[in-house]
Amino acid sequence: MHEISLVANLFEILEQKAKEKKAKKITMVKLQVGTLSGVVPEFLISAFEIYKKETIASEACLKIKKIPFKIKCLKCQQEMIKDDFVLICENCGSRQLKVLAGTELILEKIEMEV
Amino acid sequence: MKKKEVLVLEDLLGSNKKIASEIREKLKAQGILTINFLSSPGAGKTTLLEKMAEILKPDYKMGVIEGDIETERDAERIRAKGIPAWQILTGGACHLEAKMIGKIFPQIPGDLDFLFIENVGNLVCPASYDLGENIRCVLLSIPEGDDKPKKYPKAFTTAQNLIITKADLTPILPFNLDYVQKEALDLNPQLKIFITSALNGQGLKELTEFFISSLHQLRKHHA
Repeated sequence: MHEISLVANLFEILEQKAKEKKAKKITMVKLQVGTLSGVVPEFLISAFEIYKKETIASEACLKIKKIPFKIKCLKCQQEMIKDDFVLICENCGSRQLKVLAGTELILEKIEMEV
Repeated sequence: MKKKEVLVLEDLLGSNKKIASEIREKLKAQGILTINFLSSPGAGKTTLLEKMAEILKPDYKMGVIEGDIETERDAERIRAKGIPAWQILTGGACHLEAKMIGKIFPQIPGDLDFLFIENVGNLVCPASYDLGENIRCVLLSIPEGDDKPKKYPKAFTTAQNLIITKADLTPILPFNLDYVQKEALDLNPQLKIFITSALNGQGLKELTEFFISSLHQLRKHHA
């Protein structure tokens, strides 16, 4: 339930970017959210809808791109997507794996009117 | 009116990570080992800290930052052991953030050996926030059940230590110690596991020895 707090961080970045680019309004915000980011995308959207009122992004829509948890085996080099976050190679059983993606919580891009 | 697309690629937790790194560097420069305790409410974080205080107090200086939604109760319990404690009241927020630690920072004496941070009782949200700690410990008590690691993966994947608490209850509760360790190691093969009981003292010596050797490591690297 820390999504509100994250949305507050998001708006700090949005306001700074809007100022930098002299935007009149922000019309779209796109986030990358990993499946092991610890947040619920639906809650982020609800928090965004509440928070955006009377801001430069009051008419903006929030788009979320979900990033699957992807790991790579350091032994057999196999890459795999894991829904259960278990760090065991499906191919060779090794426990030496590197996390490639899935922990992101990133503001990817903004669409604005200037 | 012209439409424009701006690529940003900025981490939403970037500002927290930045503050946390600054805190970690400052504490490291002072030779203070910082340990973040994370668990669901009632897992025994404060009781374990009371025991740590008893064991460490004769030879080491420790301090505790207490994170709670309301009340100063936990800080009072720690102070009763003769240990300085600073209470952060989040007023509803479910986790501590690095900037909250930053506010307390000027009050922390530079001659501490250990700084423990007791996070708000919650096995979900605190896992996303780096507080500038050197070691993150997730606590799991026997009454919570042995199926928790995979239900709350983020806490277990981001921790370095798993401290199983209330181990004195294993004879009366259906909790499989082998199973829980396997489940936790599936998520995090590097996880160091301690099985403890604040009631009968099981595992406390091993845990304190680990913290002391980590303190020496930190100071050796910094020297």
